[in-house]
Amino acid sequence: MFLITPDGGLLFWMVIIFALVFFILAKYGFPVITSMVEKREAHINDSLRLAKEAEEKMRNMAGEHSRMIQEAREEQAKILKAASDAKDNLIASAKEQARDEASRIIADARTQIAAEKESAIRDIRRQVAMISVSVAEKVIRKDFSEEKSRDEFLDRMVNEVSNIDFNKN
Amino acid sequence: MKGLKYILVLSAFLVSVHMSFAGAASVNTDRDTVSVDSVAGESETGKINVPKLIFNHIGNSYEWHITKIGKKDIAMNLPVIARSSTGWHVFSSKRFEKGPYEGLYISSGGKYEGKIVEKNAAGEEVRPFDISITKNVLSLFMSSVLLVVLILICARWYKRHDVTKEAPTGLAALMEPVIMMIHSDVVKGSIGEDYERYSPYLCTAFFWILINNLLGIIPFFPGGANLTGNITITFFLAVCSFIAINLFGNKNYFKSIFWPEVPLWLKVPIPLMPVIEIFSAFTKPFALMVRLFANMMAGHILLLSLICVIFIFAKYGAAMVGAMSFVTVLFGIFMDLLELLVAVIQAYVFTILSAIFIGLSRQK
Repeated sequence: MFLITPDGGLLFWMVIIFALVFFILAKYGFPVITSMVEKREAHINDSLRLAKEAEEKMRNMAGEHSRMIQEAREEQAKILKAASDAKDNLIASAKEQARDEASRIIADARTQIAAEKESAIRDIRRQVAMISVSVAEKVIRKDFSEEKSRDEFLDRMVNEVSNIDFNKN
Repeated sequence: MKGLKYILVLSAFLVSVHMSFAGAASVNTDRDTVSVDSVAGESETGKINVPKLIFNHIGNSYEWHITKIGKKDIAMNLPVIARSSTGWHVFSSKRFEKGPYEGLYISSGGKYEGKIVEKNAAGEEVRPFDISITKNVLSLFMSSVLLVVLILICARWYKRHDVTKEAPTGLAALMEPVIMMIHSDVVKGSIGEDYERYSPYLCTAFFWILINNLLGIIPFFPGGANLTGNITITFFLAVCSFIAINLFGNKNYFKSIFWPEVPLWLKVPIPLMPVIEIFSAFTKPFALMVRLFANMMAGHILLLSLICVIFIFAKYGAAMVGAMSFVTVLFGIFMDLLELLVAVIQAYVFTILSAIFIGLSRQK
């Protein structure tokens, strides 16, 4: 029977001791530990979240990076193409210019030649005229009495002379 | 709930096993008393009295018997503090060796067997107001100091270190998972909202029961007292849980007790359901009290019974004692391991049931 009869003395001490233990542990024991552990839990959760965000950011940055490389490549290709175009243009325009110049020079040469030819013809004509005059002089000296025959003769002579084809030589 | 059922079945099993063991042991000893004199609980004739031995171990006493060397008892005499009809008396229990002291003596039989009594005018034994430091009280002091020191060492680690930079080491690392299991799994899981208010009590109860259960299994001096297997202790713990359950119960809880949602004729004119509900409010902590008490006491009795088997079989010769010792030691190891499990389970069950009852009293 003594087993199931509460004992006053033990109860007395139990009340005091358990109250003390509870007071001490509830004030300086468990709340300190649990609040710290909860704080750490929050910290770990925060850290995990931040790490995840950083990872996300890193992944985005890698994407950005490759995109930038791609862009640079495209830019490079564009620039190279532009350079080669410019080169082609330059060459083409230089050729054009050269051709123009050449044709201009040729044209100049032609005009010059034509002028030279003209002057040469004129010279020759003059000479021929001189010769003719001298021939005429001689003729006149010989037969200048008859006026009619003299005129006839002169016309004929002039026509003959002017019909000479210089281009033939 | 399944786990709970299992635990209840286990405890019922334990109680029944110990009952049959104790019964068998007492039958044996009634028939053949054995002459072994190195055990406390021996009778004047030098014969072993198993029930007396066991009840001495699991009971309370005014001295702490540690061991016996040769014929000499090594025991710690504890102070007696009592207020009898003649006033306060404070003295060592060693005084009782020479018979009554200052009108007080330890009753040798009857209603107050083993307790300090005095004779009143009519010659009847009456109990004085007795707050002696008995074996259980001393064990209570020691285990409580040990618990407070352990937890405060643990708390000091957290005060001195930055938890966001360091992982706990040593004792803090050992205690933290257990504390957090109670705090977040048991308390938070069962009570829910506003659980912080109950956490210190439930944590204290858990660790207090656990440390006393474990100390109880240790068979020699600082341990060995059967504190959590003492009805006084479990009664007080159950009262604490009763207060925790009912003090902050909400409107719904008290309505469900005094005016439950049942057909009116169950409440008026005979308040059948309210009576049942009020009764159940008391049976919950009562079950807590009996569960812890019976389990721990049964464990102690079972272990002691197994040890006594060796001495009971002593008279059948060396071969028999040898064989029985072997079997008993095997069983003893098994029971010790089981008791370790039970020590933790009972502390856990007490805490989780208290938490569940508190949670029920706060249901919205």
